[in-house]
Amino acid sequence: MKTPQTLAQKVIAKAARRPSVEVGELLNCQVDLAMFHDSSGPRRLAPMLDELGAQIWDKNKVVLVLDHYVPAKDEESSAIVQLARDTAKRWKLPHVIDSEGICHVVLPERGHLRPGMFCVGGDSHSPTGGAFGSYMFGVGATEMLGVVVTGEIWLEVPQTLALNWEGSLSAGVCAKDMMLHMIAKLGLNGGRYQALEFTGSAVQSLGMQERMTLSNMGAEMGAQAALVAADQVTVDYLLQTGVAPEALEDWREWRSDTGAATELHKFDARTLAPQIAAPHSPALTKAVTEYAATPIDIAYIGACTGAKLVDLRAAASVLKNQRVHPKTRLMVAPASARDQEVARQEGTLQVLIDAGAQILPNSCGACAGYGATFEEGMTVMSSTARNFKARMGPPSVQVYLGSPFSVAAAAIKGQIADVREMLS
Amino acid sequence: MNKESVTSVTPQAAQTSSRVWRLGDQIDTDALAPGAYMKFGIDVIAKHTLESLRPEFASEVQAGDVIVAGEGFGVGSSREQAAGVLVHLGVKAVIAPSFSGLFYRNAFNLGLLLLTCTRADEIQEGMRVQVLSSGVQIEGGALLSVKPVPDFLLEMVRAKGLLNVLKARIASGQLHTRPQD
Repeated sequence: MKTPQTLAQKVIAKAARRPSVEVGELLNCQVDLAMFHDSSGPRRLAPMLDELGAQIWDKNKVVLVLDHYVPAKDEESSAIVQLARDTAKRWKLPHVIDSEGICHVVLPERGHLRPGMFCVGGDSHSPTGGAFGSYMFGVGATEMLGVVVTGEIWLEVPQTLALNWEGSLSAGVCAKDMMLHMIAKLGLNGGRYQALEFTGSAVQSLGMQERMTLSNMGAEMGAQAALVAADQVTVDYLLQTGVAPEALEDWREWRSDTGAATELHKFDARTLAPQIAAPHSPALTKAVTEYAATPIDIAYIGACTGAKLVDLRAAASVLKNQRVHPKTRLMVAPASARDQEVARQEGTLQVLIDAGAQILPNSCGACAGYGATFEEGMTVMSSTARNFKARMGPPSVQVYLGSPFSVAAAAIKGQIADVREMLS
Repeated sequence: MNKESVTSVTPQAAQTSSRVWRLGDQIDTDALAPGAYMKFGIDVIAKHTLESLRPEFASEVQAGDVIVAGEGFGVGSSREQAAGVLVHLGVKAVIAPSFSGLFYRNAFNLGLLLLTCTRADEIQEGMRVQVLSSGVQIEGGALLSVKPVPDFLLEMVRAKGLLNVLKARIASGQLHTRPQD
């Protein structure tokens, strides 16, 4: 009799070619997909691959996304982007997504992820892929070298922390608030590099992009991976991205067995208020009422965490027929070109523009802190994932984190405000 | 400790003690490798290591020094330059009660020794410590035990990183890779 397995254990067992795995085992796993971007990818990998005289084990299993240094703002960034493009040609990479959005959003958007896949990404927010029932985690460039040379990676089978949410969220409260709340409760490293699995009726009722927000910020909780079991919502999303129905036939297998051992944490969606994280840590989260009336200079909707189509719609629902406060700037960097196009067609983008939003390129932008950052002394309300000191600008920049609803509310009021009082 | 001892990683450790740089909890990757300099090479990024917290660190740290920190050292980004700058600056080891899991992997992949020590808070700025097989010895003070590090990670420290481990495995025929076109 094998021990009942969690979803995380099942995906790992498949990748390790084993019937089942036990928590704490050290294993080598076969990688189904490796994703890297312009910063972590070619510029770091190419010199090391050349030094080894080796090439990528399986190009079909690799996706390169140019999102961190685009559009190039200076000579150095331009050289990094050019190197990525030249290397993609030299390596004859079949899957390259260039300046069309942020890696964690475009990867599933292009149908690269499916339930049960074992994936690595050269970026810390790689747990985002867990929303699709795949086991995906972030690695550094040298570890990625090991992956692209061997097709394998080691891991220690994690425990699963089941994060269970029951009930319905209030209007104006969303996945971002759930995640900030969990980080406040469990701590910035409270995931202890184990696997998270989000469960319960409140999670099942979320759309795919909201689930991605949960998994995305598994990184801020210090988890290795952050999964949601596949259901009809997952299947419908993937079919619409062009994944073949036969590639999804096994989706029902990718869920935790009844009786699988987890560390259970229970949360109530009904009582959750909008959550705000104060500078300089996502763990400094409290209900919005605790920070209400904090003046802000910039309202920022951006990043894989907070500028997907669902996030643009959330912001537009608050900003419709409203104007941004005269002392505040609203900046919106849609997370993908496709999301931006849908937002344009349905009028969501126009609502944001009419309210006074400045639309920025489909890239990591200020969130990565690699180029376009905020000026000295600014106070920012942001829908991004991380507000570490000196990340998005000089150390004097104060970044508050919240949902796109809360960023829109702050943009209108010129200060942190409770969006629940602003939705009709 | 298992038989693969820490001293076998740093053979001179038994004779020399290290100066301690004491840092707080949740030292993040933006503090270690600030984003604004990520477009440059490791030598440039290293000049800005910890500048938002300890502006004197990069210019005053000396080869063989150790960092002792609080919980969650290395939280944040996957950028391995956060560990790379410490290797570049000659930091011998980082001692903390817990590390970010992603940083932990990156550090060993670049040959940086991390020691998980629940009593790290007993080590203060200005103290000197010795990294021994039996743990971390505070000079004139307590011997603090550390969590054993798996052999294959110690091998990466000895080899100064995964790249060299891969090179050796290819050279010895243990690892077969696809040769370049």
